[in-house]
Amino acid sequence: MALYSEKVMDHFTNPRNVGKLDDADGIGEVGNAKCGDIMKIYIKVRDNIIVDVKFNTFGCGSAIASSSMATEMIKGKPISEALELTNKAVAEALDGLPAHKLHCSVLAEEAIRAAIKDYYDKNGIAYDKAQFPDPHDEEEEHAHNDED
Amino acid sequence: MAKTVYVDNAATTAMSDTAIAAMTPYLKEVYGNPSSLHTVGQVAKEALDDARTKIAAIIGANPKEIYFTSGGSEADNQAIRSAAYAGLAKGKKHIISTAFEHHAVLHTLKKLEKEGFEVTYLDVHSHGNITAQEVEAAIRPDTALVTVMYANNEVGSVLPIREIGEVCRAKKVVFHTDAVQAVGHIPVNVVEDNIDMMSVSAHKFHGPKGVGFLYCRNGVQLKNLIEGGAQERNRRAGTENIAGVSAMAAALKEAVENLDNNMKKEAALRDRLIAGLKKIPHSKLNGDTVNRLPGNVNMCFEGIEGESLLLLLDAKGICASSGSACTSGSLDPSHVLLSLGLPHEVAHGSLRLSLSEYNTEDEIDYIIAEVPKVVEYLRSISPVWESLEKGEKPHLI
Ligand SMILES: Cc1ncc(COP(=O)(O)O)c(C=O)c1O
Repeated sequence: MALYSEKVMDHFTNPRNVGKLDDADGIGEVGNAKCGDIMKIYIKVRDNIIVDVKFNTFGCGSAIASSSMATEMIKGKPISEALELTNKAVAEALDGLPAHKLHCSVLAEEAIRAAIKDYYDKNGIAYDKAQFPDPHDEEEEHAHNDED
Repeated sequence: MAKTVYVDNAATTAMSDTAIAAMTPYLKEVYGNPSSLHTVGQVAKEALDDARTKIAAIIGANPKEIYFTSGGSEADNQAIRSAAYAGLAKGKKHIISTAFEHHAVLHTLKKLEKEGFEVTYLDVHSHGNITAQEVEAAIRPDTALVTVMYANNEVGSVLPIREIGEVCRAKKVVFHTDAVQAVGHIPVNVVEDNIDMMSVSAHKFHGPKGVGFLYCRNGVQLKNLIEGGAQERNRRAGTENIAGVSAMAAALKEAVENLDNNMKKEAALRDRLIAGLKKIPHSKLNGDTVNRLPGNVNMCFEGIEGESLLLLLDAKGICASSGSACTSGSLDPSHVLLSLGLPHEVAHGSLRLSLSEYNTEDEIDYIIAEVPKVVEYLRSISPVWESLEKGEKPHLI
């Protein structure tokens, strides 16, 4: 199908790291079912390294593929590196996403940040609040189409 | 890839052999322009007249009441604008329609609203239908037009067109119906159904894409959208698509000759499919369950999103469609599903399977076997489903 790159289709049909972690150290959930995508990311942390990561996603092909790719990109990486992951890097690693699907990669970035923040909060680890701006309101960001 | 099971016939159909055979002479030997005086042109003109006569007879019209167009969208645009401006000339600026019309109708109405028309969009209720009484109650002295679709393209509801037409006739209001999903699929007769204007598209009944027609009853004003030559009795300029028109006539003839059998066959397949898919927990059939196109199945599955469902079905060779936002390029699910009052999160998980007489029982059983697996898988990775199952959120369906 020409809508998506082969990479997207690969990560969509064979998603990596799909599932849950019952003993997760941090959980991040972002998105909005009303808008059609929710991502939930679970991380396990040892010595500041993300030793395991899993995701559950409700959403379209690119949302599932973005979750899969993003989790691959942070697995085994120090938290500091995971925090640097951008939506652009996720989209590029997937060989691009259609313009109207770019918000899926944004959600992946936000879900990872939310999971790390949750880990910090649960473990009383101090952090710079500025590093974790509130995930933007999805509904506002993508003003619902007023077809003209 | 597995075999292809095409169940997206409301989007478009495969051309029939009959239609292709009817088309080819006009691509090769009979290439004339029907406006030309010479023999080559006049042969083409005969073909055009012949197609018009055939089509008119099938829908109960006079050949002079058939205007060939580029398809359903153009016919909708022309009919609605014609009636609106004809009304305006008499000081009438009110139009009645429904909330779940095709965009060819809705977007035309939106434009007219910007030009100062007032449009009443009748609620189609959770069951996806309206009554003639509701139309009657909405008619005002300044109502210029009632435009109500014959059958809905997404959820398959068949509307009470004959009764609505009767009300409009009694109240002397022009009545247009978008019959794109009805003609060739269920019995339609413009006289018995009290229709003033009707839009039809060939590619929904195994004809070619890019051709259709507008029926406009003698005496009802029709304005042209496309200026130019005198084709179509001065109402639609442009050298006629004779190959397309001939194929449309042949496809329509074939469709109505087999109408009873096709309807029976499709309805049996449809009911088998619905019965099979209804076994999926937290699923729902959308649209009118009684007055329904014989080929339409539209279901919602809670906790999943339609585009991922479509892609996974496509990988199994099943070609379907969805009203999810992600398939439309907008963030809102289809206006049709929302018009039924479905919550956004439920509408995102919709699946439309639209059948034709080409489908087989084996194909239906294949779909019944595969869809539950895909739904179950997507639910297994869905945080929405998880919170529904844990009772954190109530099931909506
Ligand atoms: C109900 C309805 N009206 C209008 C159209 C537009 O027809 P066409 O594709 O021929 O422009 C369609 C199909 O797309 C339809 O289903």
